[in-house]
Amino acid sequence: MTVHQTLPGDETSPAYNYAYLDEQTKRMIRRALLKAVAVPGYQVPFGSREMPLARGWGTGGIQVTAAIIGPQDTLKVIDQGADDTTNAVSIRRFFEKTADARTTEATEQATIIQTRHRIPEAPLQAGQIMVYQVPQPEPLRKLEPREAETRKMHAWAEYGLMQVKLYENIARFGEVTTTYDYPVMVNGRYIMAPSPIPKFDNPKMHMSPALQLFGAGREKRIYALPPHTSVRSLDFEDHPFRIQSWNEPCALCAATDSYLDEVVIDDQGSRMFVCSDSHHCETRRAAGHRGAMLGDAAASGLVASEESTS
Amino acid sequence: MYVAVKGGEAAILATHERVAEARRGDAAVPEISVAQIREQQALACARVMNEGSLYDADLAALALKQAQGDVIEAAFLMRAYRTTLPRFGSSEPLDTAKMAIRRRVSATYKDLPGGQVLGPTYDYTHRLFDFALMDEGAPSVMVGPDPTTSGREGASGANASGVARVEPEHDGLHAPLDAHMPRVPDILGAEGLMEPEIAPEGDPRPFDLTREPVSFPADRDVRLQAMARGDEGFLLGLGYSVQRGFGGNHPFVGEIRVGEVSVEFVPEELGFAVDLGEITLTECQMVNQFAGSKDVPPQFTRGYGLAFGHSERKAMSMSLVDRALKAREFGEAAEYPAQQDEFVLYHSDNVEAAGFVEHLKLPHYVDFQGELELIRRIRREREARLAAEPETLPEAAE
Amino acid sequence: MATDTLIGAGFTDPVFQSQAAFRALLGALSEPGTLQAIHGGIAPPEGLHAATATALLTLADYETPIWLPPALRDGPAGAWLRFHCGAALVEEPRRAAFAVIDGAALAPQLTDFDPGNDQFPDRSTTIIVQCAAFHGGEAVTLSGPGIATRREIAPAGLRPGFWAEVAANNAAYPLGVDLLLAHGDGVIGLPRSTQIGGAA
Repeated sequence: MTVHQTLPGDETSPAYNYAYLDEQTKRMIRRALLKAVAVPGYQVPFGSREMPLARGWGTGGIQVTAAIIGPQDTLKVIDQGADDTTNAVSIRRFFEKTADARTTEATEQATIIQTRHRIPEAPLQAGQIMVYQVPQPEPLRKLEPREAETRKMHAWAEYGLMQVKLYENIARFGEVTTTYDYPVMVNGRYIMAPSPIPKFDNPKMHMSPALQLFGAGREKRIYALPPHTSVRSLDFEDHPFRIQSWNEPCALCAATDSYLDEVVIDDQGSRMFVCSDSHHCETRRAAGHRGAMLGDAAASGLVASEESTS
Repeated sequence: MYVAVKGGEAAILATHERVAEARRGDAAVPEISVAQIREQQALACARVMNEGSLYDADLAALALKQAQGDVIEAAFLMRAYRTTLPRFGSSEPLDTAKMAIRRRVSATYKDLPGGQVLGPTYDYTHRLFDFALMDEGAPSVMVGPDPTTSGREGASGANASGVARVEPEHDGLHAPLDAHMPRVPDILGAEGLMEPEIAPEGDPRPFDLTREPVSFPADRDVRLQAMARGDEGFLLGLGYSVQRGFGGNHPFVGEIRVGEVSVEFVPEELGFAVDLGEITLTECQMVNQFAGSKDVPPQFTRGYGLAFGHSERKAMSMSLVDRALKAREFGEAAEYPAQQDEFVLYHSDNVEAAGFVEHLKLPHYVDFQGELELIRRIRREREARLAAEPETLPEAAE
Repeated sequence: MATDTLIGAGFTDPVFQSQAAFRALLGALSEPGTLQAIHGGIAPPEGLHAATATALLTLADYETPIWLPPALRDGPAGAWLRFHCGAALVEEPRRAAFAVIDGAALAPQLTDFDPGNDQFPDRSTTIIVQCAAFHGGEAVTLSGPGIATRREIAPAGLRPGFWAEVAANNAAYPLGVDLLLAHGDGVIGLPRSTQIGGAA
């Protein structure tokens, strides 16, 4: 009963449509995307498909990218800010294979940037589209596990539960202890999960000139931020929102204003801090910025000196 | 100039080679064929077809081979393939009353039209290794109680060295079965004692959760579809929880039937049904108590389970949970997990669950760095506070 | 079949033509007030602008009922949409996922269509408003998501009171219909989130 489609001359791989998804599925996702931009921050349910990558590994972002990408696009895929992390490599290969996609690591050259957990350091531009992979689209889920209840809270903008939770945090620790996936208020109406980006990146969403799309495959939700949309991180007057900061610059490129990853370099507790955005760090080094440990990093194999590799 | 060392792509490609090697195992041992898996691991294939939501024994066997026998990984392969298949339409409803029976048992009647048909089952086997199976080419005979000793249980202990090899107790191939066997709930239904199955108003086409997003409360068609493709282990645990008291049902197996049912399709251009072939199904109908209400006289209520292939445990678990999920319709309190549609539907899909659990091994160092920065700072601030006012040591609130 | 000769062609390359058209529509609704060109390369049926026909070909299918003015529904446009989209054409505006209205016609009102509900505001009608031109009409100022400060548009051929209806639609936010003004192969998006002011 099954129809096994195969490409002529290729007996092992079935004939898949451009960007893997069939056209009916793309239409369904595209309709959801248009409603998502019309109601910023509201989670549109969609008929998320089974994808050939595991649920929780970016199937929502992949479906969104597959529904929007075309031959004129240049795609950048990052995970944790870096282009060469395993998940980013796997997804980039997926689109190279199924959509013959032109890809790049240069943030400013990309028309579509699919990301997990970071927004690039380079300011986003008008015309660019950010696609976020979202594991849990419901910002209220940890407070209320039942979808039937959280949907009502959004319907009636009843967000008291979230205020109480944040305030309890402050009472106990003196500050809000959420460091990533920090909830935001969108266009003054919906509380939205920004996906597990560090709260460091939250301010980049506010009034961004780029279009930002969010796909949660397993949870079957799509939502969006049109360009120039108000995105306010939840806070209190006496406890204003603030982002992470480090006491030292990037050890490789000396950046003082980027999000840093911690790299443990020996078993004596020594560590170095380096830019999580690998392209940003490379661009700065290419421009001659040198961090304190650049030489050591080359010695330990974290970066390669081009003179020695060429 | 320095560039970051990038090994991601090469490392990923290397894992593909490693997994191919691991799959093949010792090359001195002959490779297993898909046909062998299909024929000799049919119950595993059935599970893959169920959880992969695709009836194709060859593909299920291929999936098991490719996944090294990992059933969830195999179901995942089936799902990812299934989603790309073109849809020509929906079949006519299957009629399990017309099933060509291989096995049929009822726990509610000692005998009934068509009789009890034990068929192929492990139910009465002693779970003793059949070491003869270590040798290929051994006679493929089922291990069961020796009929010569069946009346004197305990005496068969003498058999420990040479387990009796016998034919299954009832062999449908030898004794012709009744062509028609009524379904037990239909027998009860004829007496008005069974909750009738009534299609929703207008008999709409059933929901398809693989195409549309689910919302809650979920109707029964959605629940049944979710359970039919749900994880057998998860449903087994939930069904068991109902039996143990986390849910107030008192089930009897009205009937389990296993056999072949024909699938019919009405092509738009022909306008009449065409037989597409047969599929093997397991159907379980549980009979449960129900006190009745002001409007409805006391009657039994139904729990329904249906699965591809010979999958009794799955069908039984599903039927227990189906009944538990009817709590809302019957005005019962939905206090326990098995009675809560959102809990059951959101967590029964093992491909989704496995994906999300296993995604935790993806890099999370950006988020973890945020946590590190916070905990270090909070500790620093606490130390500073304590150093400043050693005598008024503040207790952490709550 | 006889209908083949009566019904004009759809996309010649559905995958890429619909992708390009979708990106124009996405641009229209995410940056309200900007004029986006939809080049579908199709000859629209009588009564539909090229942008309207291309948008529906891109977005509509058997899952999305369409409302058309009766004259279009019973004419070549209705047949064309049934054939190419497989969409059901409905008589009741409220049942429509997509609708096409003539901007100058007095009925139906925007409120006759489905505004969604508070738990599912996405289940609202998207209305394509065919207008006479994108300039020369009453000027209005737009603000809201997708607009950095303000944007002014002055489409022509809209019924009296149209902008009051659009403003009332915005007042019901997050409920409401989403509009696409269409003329020729151009569209301007007016989602429910856009606030309408008088000319600057």
